[in-house]
Amino acid sequence: MIRIGVLAMQGAFEEHIKALQALGVETAEVRLEKDLENIDGIIIPGGESTTIGKMLDSYNLTDRLISMGKEGFPMFGTCAGMIMLSREIEDGLPGQTSLGLLKVVSCRNAYGRQINSFETDLAIRDLGEKPFRAVFIRAPIISEVKNNVTILAKFQDKIVAVKEDNILALAFHPELTDDYRFHEYFIEMVKGWRKENGKNNLN
Amino acid sequence: MEKATFTVKSGLAQMLKGGVIMDVTTAEQAVIAQEAGACAVMALERVPADIRRDGGVARMADPLKVKEIQQAVTIPVMAKARIGHFVEALVLEALEIDYIDESEVLTPADDNFHIDKHTFKVPFVCGARDLGEALRRIGEGAAMIRTKGEAGTGNVVEAVRHMRTIMSQIRALSNTPDDELMTIAKNLGAPYDLIKKTKELGRLPVVNFAAGGIATPADAALMMHLGADGVFVGSGIFKSDDPAKRAKAIVEATTHYKDPVIIGKVSEGIGEAMKGLEISKIPQDQLLATRGW
Repeated sequence: MIRIGVLAMQGAFEEHIKALQALGVETAEVRLEKDLENIDGIIIPGGESTTIGKMLDSYNLTDRLISMGKEGFPMFGTCAGMIMLSREIEDGLPGQTSLGLLKVVSCRNAYGRQINSFETDLAIRDLGEKPFRAVFIRAPIISEVKNNVTILAKFQDKIVAVKEDNILALAFHPELTDDYRFHEYFIEMVKGWRKENGKNNLN
Repeated sequence: MEKATFTVKSGLAQMLKGGVIMDVTTAEQAVIAQEAGACAVMALERVPADIRRDGGVARMADPLKVKEIQQAVTIPVMAKARIGHFVEALVLEALEIDYIDESEVLTPADDNFHIDKHTFKVPFVCGARDLGEALRRIGEGAAMIRTKGEAGTGNVVEAVRHMRTIMSQIRALSNTPDDELMTIAKNLGAPYDLIKKTKELGRLPVVNFAAGGIATPADAALMMHLGADGVFVGSGIFKSDDPAKRAKAIVEATTHYKDPVIIGKVSEGIGEAMKGLEISKIPQDQLLATRGW
């Protein structure tokens, strides 16, 4: 059985857990280094990227997650999670923690304050014909991508969803709707990774 | 593209879950709060303990102070408006504040009517002592609820009472057949459709934080155990001996609320908590939780 961890330092981690459970996947809340054992993938949820980053540092998860990511461990970040995964952060705090695994530049609070938050339908080819209802809350965007990064979605010419190897990152919140296609998409990535690592018989 | 939908308004509260929102009165305090790991700050003129001590009418903060705080930090900035004072709320909306707290901590401007929060683009959080009060506020458009507790006392007993009341009323609702819900709605003075929705969800339809009297890391963890989605800390931080240390400890205890070893560790050597007040020693007319209805 696949087991996916959700980083539970702060933010909308329960919503991700609910989505994964609806899809029949086992879940684990990740707060300490030991919680990273026996999981096949990890979701970094939306929340405050500065808060989450400080907790990763204080509880020694930063370096461990970076080394896991470098070995191809599947990771999925939404909003703050996308910022955490990025190599560079625009408008971050000086010294703000990031895992630096995704070769993109994220721009924090790119749409401004809450009054500019919005929801909209996005056409996403990889998810099929039905548009995806995307909720953007004080959302970031990706202002620059390096080679090997696949752009999955744009909104008004701004990049809002990307994939690079086993890393999936969205500027919006699929956990705030009951359309779980992105979670299914990530589960497929996790299955692929397990197969590559000879874990497909473990069930 | 749709702005200011209920999903967008309540969505920000969902992003604050598991975090600590700290009262601040200056840009300098806001920076300390952000540095300690606060997920948002609440801008106000005086912390509740000072409002209690000094008396007089407590109002919305000076817009200049609010702006300074907004410029000093990158995390969301909330601010308080008086109950029923929709012009203070409009001013805060014009300042592009991220969340408005229609708060009993300030002196109410209207003793009959709360603000019609549906008409605003910026989301609201409101205080509640029980399920009926929480659902009335949500009915008016609040996208987030917090317990009232008894602000400025450093005494968690009222927040505990309010959280336990709300949670036990929700549990009772789960066991109530549908044909009794209208009577429940009548008795609680709550909108019928929200009673029904709360039963279906088994929780409040919006995020519910604890507030009012939280002063220690263990207080924060206690509220999380009782079902809070996160905590507000008002006077508890900047009325203590070492605000930076205490703030960080409360943030860590909120995340690791299930781990008593960590709560103990972060509570070591963080200086004295605010002195605090016994609720029964407060004159009835100075209780804040009874403001609003």
